[in-house]
Amino acid sequence: MELIFEKSQNDNPGIKLPASDVPSAEELDFEYLRNDIAGLPQISEPEVVRHFTNLSRLNFSVDTNFYPLGSCTMKYNPRFTEKLAGLDSFSSIHPLQPQLIKGGMLTQGAMQLIYNLENLLSEITGMHAFTTQPMAGAHGELTGVMLIAAYHKSRGDKREFIIIPDSGHGTNPASAAIAGYKVKTIKSDKNGVMDMQAYKEALDERTAGVMLTCPNTLGIFNPHIKEITDSAHKAGALMYYDGANMNAIMGKAKPGELGFDIVHLNLHKTFSTPHGGGGPGAGPVGVKEFLSEYLPTSRIIMREDGSYALDYYKPLSIGYISPFYGNFGILLRAYAYILYMGRDGLIEASENAVLNANYLKAKLKERFHIPHPEGTLHEFVISAKNFSEKGVKALDFAKAIIDTGFHPPTVYFPLNIKEAIMVEPTETESRQTLDSFVDELLRLADLADSEPSRFHDFPEKAPVCRPDEVRAVKHPNLSYKA
Amino acid sequence: MSFIPNGINARTEMLKTIGLDDIDQLFSSIPSDLRSGSLDIPEGRSEFEVEKHIRTLGARNYSNLTYFIGGGFYDHFIPSAVDSLSSRGEFFTAYTPYQPEASQGTLQAIYEYQSCICRLTGMEVANASVYDGGTALYEAAMMAIRITKRNKIVMDGGVNPIYRKMINSYTHNLNIGFSEVPVCHGQSDRDEIEKHIDEDTAAVILQNPNFFGAVDDHSDIVNKAHEHGALVISSVYPISLGMLKTPAEMGVDIVTGEGQSLGIPLSFGGPYLGFMATREKFIRMMPGRICGETVDTKGRRAYVLTFQTREQHIRREKANSNICSNQSLCALRALIYMSLVGNAGLKNIATQCRDKAEFTKEKLSNIDGVHVMSSSPTFNEFTIQLPVNANQVIGRLIEKGIAAGFPLGRYYPEMENYLLVAVTEKRSKHEIIMFADAIEDALWN
Amino acid sequence: MDAEKLLYSKDHEWVSIDGETAVIGITDYAQEELGDIVFVELPESGSEIKAGEAPVTLESVKAVSSVYCPFSGIITEINSKLEDEPEIINSSPLDQGWIFKIKITSGNKDNLLNSADYEAYIKELD
Repeated sequence: MELIFEKSQNDNPGIKLPASDVPSAEELDFEYLRNDIAGLPQISEPEVVRHFTNLSRLNFSVDTNFYPLGSCTMKYNPRFTEKLAGLDSFSSIHPLQPQLIKGGMLTQGAMQLIYNLENLLSEITGMHAFTTQPMAGAHGELTGVMLIAAYHKSRGDKREFIIIPDSGHGTNPASAAIAGYKVKTIKSDKNGVMDMQAYKEALDERTAGVMLTCPNTLGIFNPHIKEITDSAHKAGALMYYDGANMNAIMGKAKPGELGFDIVHLNLHKTFSTPHGGGGPGAGPVGVKEFLSEYLPTSRIIMREDGSYALDYYKPLSIGYISPFYGNFGILLRAYAYILYMGRDGLIEASENAVLNANYLKAKLKERFHIPHPEGTLHEFVISAKNFSEKGVKALDFAKAIIDTGFHPPTVYFPLNIKEAIMVEPTETESRQTLDSFVDELLRLADLADSEPSRFHDFPEKAPVCRPDEVRAVKHPNLSYKA
Repeated sequence: MSFIPNGINARTEMLKTIGLDDIDQLFSSIPSDLRSGSLDIPEGRSEFEVEKHIRTLGARNYSNLTYFIGGGFYDHFIPSAVDSLSSRGEFFTAYTPYQPEASQGTLQAIYEYQSCICRLTGMEVANASVYDGGTALYEAAMMAIRITKRNKIVMDGGVNPIYRKMINSYTHNLNIGFSEVPVCHGQSDRDEIEKHIDEDTAAVILQNPNFFGAVDDHSDIVNKAHEHGALVISSVYPISLGMLKTPAEMGVDIVTGEGQSLGIPLSFGGPYLGFMATREKFIRMMPGRICGETVDTKGRRAYVLTFQTREQHIRREKANSNICSNQSLCALRALIYMSLVGNAGLKNIATQCRDKAEFTKEKLSNIDGVHVMSSSPTFNEFTIQLPVNANQVIGRLIEKGIAAGFPLGRYYPEMENYLLVAVTEKRSKHEIIMFADAIEDALWN
Repeated sequence: MDAEKLLYSKDHEWVSIDGETAVIGITDYAQEELGDIVFVELPESGSEIKAGEAPVTLESVKAVSSVYCPFSGIITEINSKLEDEPEIINSSPLDQGWIFKIKITSGNKDNLLNSADYEAYIKELD
């Protein structure tokens, strides 16, 4: 499709503003002014609308396609939460308003919403206090590791390492590293969970914390989880729960009760806020009582008269994580979703997410190699190793799936499985959809056996065929030049 | 439950396929002593009931204040097409475009967004965005440290104090030396900044216009920094670039900013948009997603996420950053906004912002006891000195439905009597006169 | 280079030793696994390294790989042609795709495999 710059006309006047009703100011001195015009597209509103509408049609999305991306929880995004987030009474509020004298009383609704959401998330995870400041899951991880550091520092305890299993999300080691820690990676055992012996050998008085996803990225609930958290605590380390897979266990298990001290949630996964083409998300962080004094400022508190206020006086706090209170628009959507679903609805969501995943697995396990099939919850991992021997790699499979009208699962993750294809259907898909997906995968498996060479040309029906990614790096073209 | 398509019959049959009788058996891998006994949250409600509750909360916010407050976050007009186009399900219910063939819409939009950011700032390359202006500035500081392999940062006191606090939090446990150089008469203190730059300095961090509203030409500071092999990072206000000298024209190496003013609602603090742009030679050191143009196997133009080896999903603990997302939908909004306003529109908005701010200055300077700080030119935000604590005035004006500005004493204890006032194109002459009258009234009646 | 006369590490580097000097590159198996190499980060000639360090990073589109050095010593020469044409490693891993030369000060070659043992080792990996 043509770029918007290529549709640009120099004589287009741009948006119609009200005529200025004040006198023109004296121009700034030349030294402060830009030389050139800004180079933005000059294009009329009808053309803008057509351009972006047509662009949108080049995308796969949850609204248009089954999107079983493992680890991403691509569930349906309710429309009413979009509408509520757009209400003027929230969307037009300046974030500094509650920080002004008497301004706090003019944002009671927004503060109450955050306060209520913090409490709901605490109950769902078994934690005692939450901050809504982190603006994404990875941002929550960074906040969590900073909390770990603040805790040890306040005790005069110098620790160096964070322990992370090799199946963990890449953000875990990256977050630990940018917060100033070294990372010890622990191999998985033959059952697909963290190797206990290697873990115990790695754990010592230099370990600051352990970051785990549970169930892990293979969908497996670690049977040794209590032993893991207990021995970490015995060594003086804190347990961090990566909540990316919380959609598997709502109402069934609580990270707080499993022995975790800190947890982040991905509201854009478990609580149905839209992924937005890669963001914005929200990654609130919850902690046990003994860590609550370290949470970022400001905190929202309820005063004795039932009103809400911002509390900045927290001497042990790690400080500001975001400029204000987090991605409020996302928090609002998640809050509305939780209220709508309610207790039984959330439990039902997890049950059906796990049911759908296990149903898919049952239908696929005869034909596909699933290295760790036992006890998986909301997702499972296929290995395309036996197909790759014929020249059909996981990537080729993914590309072929695009032509079936389904979004491919996650490929090449987790890293501890060769030729991984990671499937997470979520609860918002019907059995009919799952059945057609299975039919297509089985058909492709047969095709991989009979005509493996055809896979190199897939996809054939998408707006583009495979892009030349080597060229993209070797001859970078990152912005349009006329 | 209306979001779960499978009814009781379907569920029963599916369980049979799996070989189970009861849905709870699916959770048998969770050791029984770790099964949770309770989930104490309210029972679900209908959409109607939830909407009513949220509207009730909304009614406890006062959303009709006339804003003369900015502080880096501004009340600009948002054309309707921004909402309408960005709320297409094909955009907002898609995920990260890891499969380019199924995501050309999002990818081309990111490429066009990056191009707009480059054109706005004058820089060569931009990333697909980070969380907000504060995290963008932090990421830029870390990037400069990686590029120069040095670990000292010189921070201009005119950089948004909210961002400085964020950066302090993030770098608290890292071995990075910060020297903050207070402003002199509201402007970057050249002599002091120069004194702090040495051979260990990774970067000088500036902001234009600065937090007090001062417009500057930082070219001289850039030259000094470059003489010592240090980089210069500048945080900018995108609307002002419809008029002001670009950071590229000043020789700045890394440009960041908050994109909220480009068609993103204030929304009580987020979601917002952190933009980042730099020189092409630093591309491998930049954090965040980057979209590039290439061709497909048939030679057609195609867009992909590129230079991914910088990122956490490949490089793990050695990645440039832990960021695993971009504010894609906010970047899309900014792109649509920039497309709708165009060059002429942006220039017009910038001009109106400044004209109205100058008019406001004039009205305020006529009030007894109000001193408009005039040591440097300003764009749409400026500092005034009051004869009383700024909070007194703010409190009085809020009662009249006006957010008078930001009390500088909040972050600068010695500036209790100073108020930071912002004016956008949305403020009318009438509102400005009411504002000035209200301040006069608060001071003298 | 004659593949049979080279020594190999389990990290898939090949080593050719001539007196005090060794030439180091990556094996055909390694370049195949990595895919199209698009970027090579080379050390400076004259820099000192310790055995087990990774003075070189190779990048394909979707992977990053470190090249480890089995010896301590001083890097005497780098293959600077790779900076502009990293794909040479793919097309000629054992010859034109050599990566750096090192003057060995210490370290031993006991941990290195001969050609036959390396062949057996990579077969095991698949």
